[in-house]
Amino acid sequence: MKTSSSWIKAYVPDLDVSAKEYADAMTMSGTKVETTEIFDETLENIVIGKILKIDKHPDADKLVICKVDVGDEELQIVTGAQNVFEGAVVPVVKVGGRVAGNHHDGKIEGGMKIKKGKLRGVESFGMMCSIGELGSDSNMFPDADEDGIYILPEDAKVGEDAVEYLGLHDYVTEYEITSNRVDCYSVIGIAREAAATFRKPFCPPAIIKTGNDEKASDYIEVDVQDSELCPRFTARVVKNIKIAPSPAWMQQRLRSVGIRPINNLVDITNYVMEEYGQPMHAYDWDTVAGHKIIVKRANDNEKFVTLDGKERELDHDMLMICDGEKPIGIAGIMGGENSMITDDVKTVLFEAACFDGTNVRLSSKRLGMRTDASGKFEKGLDPNTAIVAVNRACELVEALGAGEVVGGVVDVYPVKKEGLTIPFEPDKYNELLGTDISADQMIKYFEAVDLKYDKDKNEIFVPSWRQDVKCMNDLAEEVARFYGYDKIPETLPGGAGEGRLSRKLRIEEIASDTAESFGFSHCMCYSFESPKVFDRLLLPEDAAERKTVEISNPLGEDFSIMRTIPLNGMLTSLANNYNHRNKEAYLYEIANIYLPKALPLTELPDERTQLTLGMYGGEDFFYMKAVAERFFEKIGIKNGITYDPSCERPYLHPGRKANILINGELAGYIGEVHPEVLDTYEIGERAVICVIDLPVIVDKASFDRKYTAFAKFPSVLRDISLVVPAAVLNGGIEEIIVKKGGKYLENVELFDIYEGEQIKEGYKSMAYTLSFRASDRTLEDADVSPLMDKIIEGLKTLGIELRS
Amino acid sequence: MKERLEAIKEQTLKAIEGSKTLEELNDIRVSVLGKKGSVTEVLKGMKDLSSEERPKVGQFVNETRAKLEEALSGRKTDIERNLREKRLAKEIIDVTLPAKKVKAGHPHPNSIALKEVERIFIGMGYEVAEGPEVEYDYYNFEALNIPANHPAKDEQDTFYINNDILLRTQTSSVQIHVMEGGHVPIRMIAPGRVFRSDEVDATHSPCFHQIEGLVVDKGITMSDLKGTLTAFAKEMFGEDIKTKFRPHHFPFTEPSAEMDVSCFKCGGKGCRFCKGEGWIEILGCGMVHPHVFEMCGIDPDEYTGFAFGVGLERIALLKYEIDDMRLLYENDVRFLSQF
Repeated sequence: MKTSSSWIKAYVPDLDVSAKEYADAMTMSGTKVETTEIFDETLENIVIGKILKIDKHPDADKLVICKVDVGDEELQIVTGAQNVFEGAVVPVVKVGGRVAGNHHDGKIEGGMKIKKGKLRGVESFGMMCSIGELGSDSNMFPDADEDGIYILPEDAKVGEDAVEYLGLHDYVTEYEITSNRVDCYSVIGIAREAAATFRKPFCPPAIIKTGNDEKASDYIEVDVQDSELCPRFTARVVKNIKIAPSPAWMQQRLRSVGIRPINNLVDITNYVMEEYGQPMHAYDWDTVAGHKIIVKRANDNEKFVTLDGKERELDHDMLMICDGEKPIGIAGIMGGENSMITDDVKTVLFEAACFDGTNVRLSSKRLGMRTDASGKFEKGLDPNTAIVAVNRACELVEALGAGEVVGGVVDVYPVKKEGLTIPFEPDKYNELLGTDISADQMIKYFEAVDLKYDKDKNEIFVPSWRQDVKCMNDLAEEVARFYGYDKIPETLPGGAGEGRLSRKLRIEEIASDTAESFGFSHCMCYSFESPKVFDRLLLPEDAAERKTVEISNPLGEDFSIMRTIPLNGMLTSLANNYNHRNKEAYLYEIANIYLPKALPLTELPDERTQLTLGMYGGEDFFYMKAVAERFFEKIGIKNGITYDPSCERPYLHPGRKANILINGELAGYIGEVHPEVLDTYEIGERAVICVIDLPVIVDKASFDRKYTAFAKFPSVLRDISLVVPAAVLNGGIEEIIVKKGGKYLENVELFDIYEGEQIKEGYKSMAYTLSFRASDRTLEDADVSPLMDKIIEGLKTLGIELRS
Repeated sequence: MKERLEAIKEQTLKAIEGSKTLEELNDIRVSVLGKKGSVTEVLKGMKDLSSEERPKVGQFVNETRAKLEEALSGRKTDIERNLREKRLAKEIIDVTLPAKKVKAGHPHPNSIALKEVERIFIGMGYEVAEGPEVEYDYYNFEALNIPANHPAKDEQDTFYINNDILLRTQTSSVQIHVMEGGHVPIRMIAPGRVFRSDEVDATHSPCFHQIEGLVVDKGITMSDLKGTLTAFAKEMFGEDIKTKFRPHHFPFTEPSAEMDVSCFKCGGKGCRFCKGEGWIEILGCGMVHPHVFEMCGIDPDEYTGFAFGVGLERIALLKYEIDDMRLLYENDVRFLSQF
């Protein structure tokens, strides 16, 4: 929403503040100013002049020498403009003055200073200006020559301020209006806020009664068949139309908010739309068949050609304005080509209606056309504004002499929208705000924005156009914003809470700390990805991961499913680093995967937070394993961790992968990325990943720590060297040693592993140090030897022999 | 006898003084005080002395022996010190050689900012809560006073799964879950991922993070909101920071406000960083709307509260002067290792 200062001042005449003061105060009272554009910021010393005489330049064919009367003096100005003539009235910037820009580049920051010049040996004192040099364009000033000097109308007085004459001593303010303040999408609405903000009287136009002795209802019949979608329809008729340019003041106001002046009729409808926020439509009455308006829903697949000449396909949820025979406009969005106003129009039918905002919004969305009108209607206009607007338009028609207004209004308004009343509860407002504002002061704030106080009933009356004010809190906000948010004191709430992280977040924090201590950096990946990732990860067609939560309106296929596996994000990030020639990358992420419980989705999916680690460029599988085990240790999981290499993980190296189990329950997986997957992601090095499913961990974690006293008695160490079939895993050996070693076995440590010469084909050599200890005495050979025998006996079941 | 001892002492002290190595010193000790040493030899002659003379001479012998031992140990310390100094002189290293490369992981700028926010609010007694990212329409919109067809629903460019389920567009949905739990008073913050269908560019991401805050109790006022958030801003951005609360509109709070902080780059004078404004918009906030309370089964006549929502990326971008939001999701170690 935009307003110009001059237009606001038309309704708040006492307003006298700088552009900055205006912007700051309006923002603080709730009408947020986004930008301010000061038209005359770089316009200085520009007057109206008249060209008295034009002579040829002695040395240049393309230049002429003008004698220009600027009131107090005659100036010699050399110009290259082609459109000058003797007697022309033009804007002239004097020497020492400034213009907004030059002809070629448009506006220049800080403008352009005008100095005395010499053009091909002839002195020039100033410059005649084009509209571009004045900081505008021929779109806004249709009478200005696009390329040449702006030739002003003859009524412009020589010697006077040209900037004033063109209405450019002004600034335009652009606001961010919040969706609840529909009333502020109008100059009147903003002016009311400005008056209240600066505590100045608000003087909206007092609309006088218009019209001849005839009755509009004799000209037009209105039949609204769907009053839910069209709560109000008002129509007036103007005959003997005289199309002409609108007066300078109206053109200037329209221009100031960026609307191009066209002619009196169009300008009036645009003017009223800006002034009251109520879109208007003008029909050529002669083309309205049967002089009848019917408002009804369109038929499905119906075709209609709008004003812009485009054919549109309609549906039954769109509201149409029809005449006795055919549709002539899409309600609230755009009129039809078939009832378009032409310059030959004799009689005009003005429509100011109220349409259901949601319906207009959805229809315009489906049609893919958002117009000025639909933009206003979709916010949900107040039906009570329609009649004001149509009467204001007719008043302007009379004032501008644009035609003869027919008396009366056709007004179809079956259910009148009333304002509402809210009890006046000053104590509650103060309690909510933490302030101590007097009731009298509050009433003053309310009345400044036309929220009337009824003393007898102790109520506040809220007019229908303030759709946002419905309850106590809303009134408290009115008090707050005019009292000043900045004046509300700052306190801290009493009482105390128990500040803490949840158990899950605490474990996530430990996961982060662990990963970072091992050199992994925290990365973040998108939650959605392409369904193609499953192919990239070599997952079979029937893989559970392919059952996904799908987004119905994604940004594209690449972002269309919620991830069910965190690897694509990790591998993409590793690849990104590899591609940028980073020698190594160690990354971790803690984020959710989304597993649907059933498809199609009827309840929320299972969101599982997973710790995902990935790396390339240095360490191997066992480093990654150390990270996982350190994490488990830090959250108190010390026993029962096993690794199962027989898992189905097609994206991992078949010989370097494992599920991580905690007491037999799947808690994650670890492994080298399959070379084919590395190729797909274009990672040119071995990469290792590890994924830990935190929901499984959270229940198992423990933060209990108990001190164990140091051993008092020495341990007995025994080394054994084994010849082991190649397929037997360390895990299996350790399991047997632990089981057979009994309570005295304190520790098992693998210290050598060897394959090759001296070891028979299909076998490997593995050597362990076993340590035994009792807590109450020094162990002797007799204690340990039977245990060692049992262990060796047990290992034989795996085909393991002692190395001789 | 006494003279002999005196002579041995003088001679030995001289030898000690002249000794250069520990071995030499040891030899002196053995030759004088050892089993066959000269002092020991002299002592052997004690038996020939009279019983009167014996104690006197004995005392003198002991004194001599003590003197010599003192001299020996003193010299030993000197020689050792000397040796250590020589060794240290050989052990000089180039301290400007590069440090050992120890792997160090780095936090994500988002997570540093989040931890900071969490630290501040936990310190003020707030619990940290979470809620689902794939959410029911009801929690994301309706219960937040944004009914079907409300324009705010369009504004937020929601990703839908189906008519009832969507990707949450705001962490405000967690407010509802927490209030429905029914345990008032409430002091919580809820960080988490949110989603909006914005194309990826320097200032937009379809997936980003917010931190919601909610306080519900008897007698909570807007001045409590201002005080709390100003305290937060000062902790977060520095003691000199000023805050400005501007009226705004959110369907689920009334009155509502946006909070600006004075530009931490220029201190509020206006610079390129704050686009000449002197202020930087940080968060949205307001007093919990009575309808929201009602929908959660909390009596708005009895309880009041305030809520706020902060964009985590916004804080991270501002605080660390990151000029392109895409960097946060590209996970380039050259970026991450700066934090």
